Amino acid sequence: MSRAGWIRCAVIAVAVAALEIACRMQLIDPFTVIPPSQMAAALADILTTRELLLEISTSLLNILIAVCCTIVAGIAIGVVLHPLHRVRRILDPFLSSYYALPLFAFYPLFIVIFGVGSIPIIIMGFLAGLAAMILSTLDGLDNVPRTLTKVARMHHMGRLSTALQLQLPAAAPYVLTGIKLAIAYGFIGVIASEFILSGRGLGFAIGFSYNNFDTRTMYGLILFVLLLVILLNLLLHAWDQRMQLRRRR
Amino acid sequence: MAAGGDHSALKVVASDAIDASTAGEVHVEIRAAVKRFGGTKDSGGVHALGPISFSIKRGEFFAVVGPSGCGKSTLLDLLAGLARPTEGSVVIEGVETKGAVPDGVGAVFQEDASFYWLDVFDNIAFGLRRSRLGREEIRRRVDYAIDFMGLRDFAHAFPAQLSGGMRQRMCIARTLVMEPRFILLDEPFGALDQQTRLLMGEELLRLWRETGATILLITHSLDEAAMLADRIGVMSARPGRFISIIETHWPRSRTSEIVSDPAFGRINAQIWSLLRKESIISMGRK
Repeated sequence: MSRAGWIRCAVIAVAVAALEIACRMQLIDPFTVIPPSQMAAALADILTTRELLLEISTSLLNILIAVCCTIVAGIAIGVVLHPLHRVRRILDPFLSSYYALPLFAFYPLFIVIFGVGSIPIIIMGFLAGLAAMILSTLDGLDNVPRTLTKVARMHHMGRLSTALQLQLPAAAPYVLTGIKLAIAYGFIGVIASEFILSGRGLGFAIGFSYNNFDTRTMYGLILFVLLLVILLNLLLHAWDQRMQLRRRR
Repeated sequence: MAAGGDHSALKVVASDAIDASTAGEVHVEIRAAVKRFGGTKDSGGVHALGPISFSIKRGEFFAVVGPSGCGKSTLLDLLAGLARPTEGSVVIEGVETKGAVPDGVGAVFQEDASFYWLDVFDNIAFGLRRSRLGREEIRRRVDYAIDFMGLRDFAHAFPAQLSGGMRQRMCIARTLVMEPRFILLDEPFGALDQQTRLLMGEELLRLWRETGATILLITHSLDEAAMLADRIGVMSARPGRFISIIETHWPRSRTSEIVSDPAFGRINAQIWSLLRKESIISMGRK
């Protein structure tokens, strides 16, 4: 592990230890926050007893579908928009303002249109990350050297093969940033939607535990989400580092 | 190293007509081509190039020198089929290009065009994998190109691990494996030091001799043009036109050792005497 990695682990360990001590010494109200060791024990119970397996699998499936759709649609829209300079100039302010939209206000509307179930939740997860994926793809394509497009034409490549075989691989670092954001926003969109109004999933289970003062289960589930997102980001980071090695002298 | 041909009679050919001295088979021809960017056909826009007319014989090595901004890269784009002339035409092997890249044409650009996510082998194989060739034939051609360019020890290295010269050799190899009949090179050695440029020039001559391809080299280096080319087109300041085409009469077997030949110095001086005024104009000085 690198020096930065060790320092990172040390900072996390110190923070967790501080929280553990603060909770054990009741400097923090135990009704509000439980010690990290109890959170870990709760998570272990959840995973071994499988009592919430259905909620976990429902959410993970919704997140997977939402994130995959975000990535595919975001990249496709980015590739289509990239050469259309006038359309981009028109859409730029809207894409930049996208994050200010209160997306969760549309959730009840999606329920009315699509009914209660996974579809409106998946749509929320999809929409939450879409702008980030489009903007990252556009940034990446903007940074692809024009010479590569000339090389593509010399090889008689059409627009689609140029995009898939040259432009997107060249834009990979930016696209990967978009994917990281799509995953993060996908988790937020799906779990928050389940929290607001759903009868299934991690968000629902967290809300149910909260409303029933079952802080142990609630924190166990929150820790699960946290660890899963960190693991996914670590995997993407490792892949990114491998790609960066190819660019580094 | 044997001296060149009759260097006491450097042949300078007027450029505003199709070159009458090209007695052999004509491979590439530009006919009264003009390129403007922006504006309409009749007015406005930037007049970048032309009218320009010349032809290149099959198997000839033709160099183009000119001041900065005179339209050399625009000329290359027209010849490669990457751009369409506003007026006039570009004809390669008897077929007008009409803004499409013709078969049998390859190009190496000034900027780094290596695919950083692929190793050297995969970079060179890139174009071949899009063709219908079998894996064994692809491997054979790529291995040949790697050995030809002296990249055997770096076949599985990534471009970031190579020097600038090695990356350009890789890009040349990527063009070479497609077996183009007409190769365009736009300042391929621009970023390299003088010694490396001379050696790379020798490699280019070796490639030219072994493939028999027609080559057009665009360069800022008068030495490079004088050493490598059968004929040198000297361009004016923008809008670029040929003010002269100089024949060097070098033997096909030439190497970098001709830089010590007195004729090399005379060719260089001839190019500079034509180019100096145009360079001053392009710098905005009177």
